[in-house]
Amino acid sequence: MLPFGNTFRAINLAFKSLLLHKLRSGLTMLGIVFGVFSVIAMLAIGEGASAQAQQQVLALGATNIIVLSVKPPADSAQAGGGGSRGRSFGLQYGLLRSDYRLLRGLPSIVGAVPIREIFSETRYLQKTPNARVVGCTSQYPDMNHLTIQQGRFIADADEDKLLNVCVLGAGIAAELFPFDDPLGKAVQIKSYRYEVIGITQERTASAAIGGSMSGQDYNKDIYIPLKTFQVRIGDRVATAQAGSFSAEQVELNQITIQVREQKDVLPTAEVIKESLTRTHGTKKDWDVIVPLELLRQADQIRQIFNIVLGSIAAISLVVGGIGIMNIMLATVTERTREIGIRRALGARRSDIVQQFLTETIVLAGAGGLIGVLMGLATPLAFEGIQWIVEHFVLDAATQNSPLSKMFTDMHPKINWFSLPVAFGISVGIGIIFGIYPARAAAYMDPIEALRHE
Amino acid sequence: MRLAAQLVDLEKHYHLGEHTVKALRGVSADFPEGDYVAIMGSSGSGKSTLLNILGALDRPTMGNYILAGYDVGTMSDDELSEIRNRRIGFIFQSYNLIAQNTVLENIQVPMLYRRDARRISAADEHRCLDLAAKVGLGDRLDHRPFQLSGGQQQRVAIARALVNDPEIILADEPTGNLDSATEKDIMNLLSALNDEGRTIIIVTHETSVARRAKRQIVMKDGLIERDGMLLTEDGK
Repeated sequence: MLPFGNTFRAINLAFKSLLLHKLRSGLTMLGIVFGVFSVIAMLAIGEGASAQAQQQVLALGATNIIVLSVKPPADSAQAGGGGSRGRSFGLQYGLLRSDYRLLRGLPSIVGAVPIREIFSETRYLQKTPNARVVGCTSQYPDMNHLTIQQGRFIADADEDKLLNVCVLGAGIAAELFPFDDPLGKAVQIKSYRYEVIGITQERTASAAIGGSMSGQDYNKDIYIPLKTFQVRIGDRVATAQAGSFSAEQVELNQITIQVREQKDVLPTAEVIKESLTRTHGTKKDWDVIVPLELLRQADQIRQIFNIVLGSIAAISLVVGGIGIMNIMLATVTERTREIGIRRALGARRSDIVQQFLTETIVLAGAGGLIGVLMGLATPLAFEGIQWIVEHFVLDAATQNSPLSKMFTDMHPKINWFSLPVAFGISVGIGIIFGIYPARAAAYMDPIEALRHE
Repeated sequence: MRLAAQLVDLEKHYHLGEHTVKALRGVSADFPEGDYVAIMGSSGSGKSTLLNILGALDRPTMGNYILAGYDVGTMSDDELSEIRNRRIGFIFQSYNLIAQNTVLENIQVPMLYRRDARRISAADEHRCLDLAAKVGLGDRLDHRPFQLSGGQQQRVAIARALVNDPEIILADEPTGNLDSATEKDIMNLLSALNDEGRTIIIVTHETSVARRAKRQIVMKDGLIERDGMLLTEDGK
């Protein structure tokens, strides 16, 4: 290799030649600048989106298995439905309390929370917001990573005594009690009143993942003891809509099961599926969701995203490289005379190759460096875009939709690994697209080159 | 007397399609050390081709060109580059300075391409300053070519030609772009160099320039027509 001082001088010479045409060099560099910037920005946005998805899946609990009641299609429900259970009341489906007792007994399970939920109007004075009323046990907050902001959560004793108590989600609490302290007040749900004993901390909604689970807004929940739910509200829910009346009977909507370690998740999920298939027979009125599996899917989607986005950005890098090559070819033609002079004064072909290659690499490298610096500003730029979207694109109605929330809550995460890689690629592009013009310069006939006007 | 350069039956053929043009058809000449030769001839006589070969920019088709004991005709491209760098000093009609470099940097260019010592040492720097002073440009070291007159630019080129202490100095119409007063200055400078013992070969078609040389070679149709003291300084 060349001695260090020589390389330094070559770089110095390259800078001098490039600064001779500042505007041209600057414009040529832009292609690489934006290429590198878009590689870093795309990866940062992809990373941010995946981090968000992972966080949401993790919120469901990586060691959790969620067993859901699913409303079967109408015809299969009638075929395998109510008849066998004697007295039929509308549509009867879903998980049973016996399922819960069965699953709770499985080995490797450390906790199980049965949940019954309905959507109902609630009332405090003249406020009547709709809320999701959740009947659950004392273990619920642990499994769903809920924290209590004020007061306490439902205790086992509440359940044993069938107390009319409730815990409000932060959102519903603010709606029902805009001015008062909710603790100790009574909220009416259906035909009973429940004393507020606690309020949960605000928690970001989990978005729908992979189409298998609808988005969940924990802030609009009201929690009451499960046994109280059974006694006061019951399994049967009748809804009267304009012109039609429908009723369904569900014992449990969901059982959240927690296993000891992550490696137990998948085998346990299999066991659960088998036992439920045995007890429910052909009636497919349940489903098992494994957040860990969703996490893996999210991870795969992230990888696909990164590859696709990265490739698109890489195309712009290649375009930038072609731009550089184009300008360097023009430069070589323009400086034919200089090449002839240098050759006459003793420059070898390799000296000429080195000179022009260094120039291209310096051009691409400088572009890469600027691109990296701009890439570092990605989060800032993204915030600007978010601001524009929030103020000019979304109106009040769409502002709170899960999709727009997902966008506005997203934060690009710069992948530190992408900085040196993007810079390295830009230098590599300088080499690849510099070799041809440099060789074209070196292989000119020195006599012709000297005669060139 | 030692020979700086020697031409033996030099031929140069160009292939243009099916035709072969013989630009040189057997040129032989000796250039002793300290000689001062003017090569003359009309266009098409082969003097440019001869100059290219003398300058190691081109290889002869047949015959030998011996420069400082090396047979240039059989050399590789890299070896030719080295010969040009160490043994030949070029002076061109249109000066051929590098536009973005200063006077001092232009003088240094041949030093950058030395095979053994690419680094410019303090002694090298000193040598460049001495040469600049010698050609009368000691106070314009930081100027760029476009800030200099034609005569000054040619002085820079002369200093550059001397920087690696070459065997011969090749000048191609060195005063072709200059007025007569400046022409005289430049020719005086070349004569002074010859007086120091440097071998100078100058290609020209102006008798006023050729007259300053010790010897004249007249080319015609690819051959040397006449060789000797054809013109004297005080007129023929």
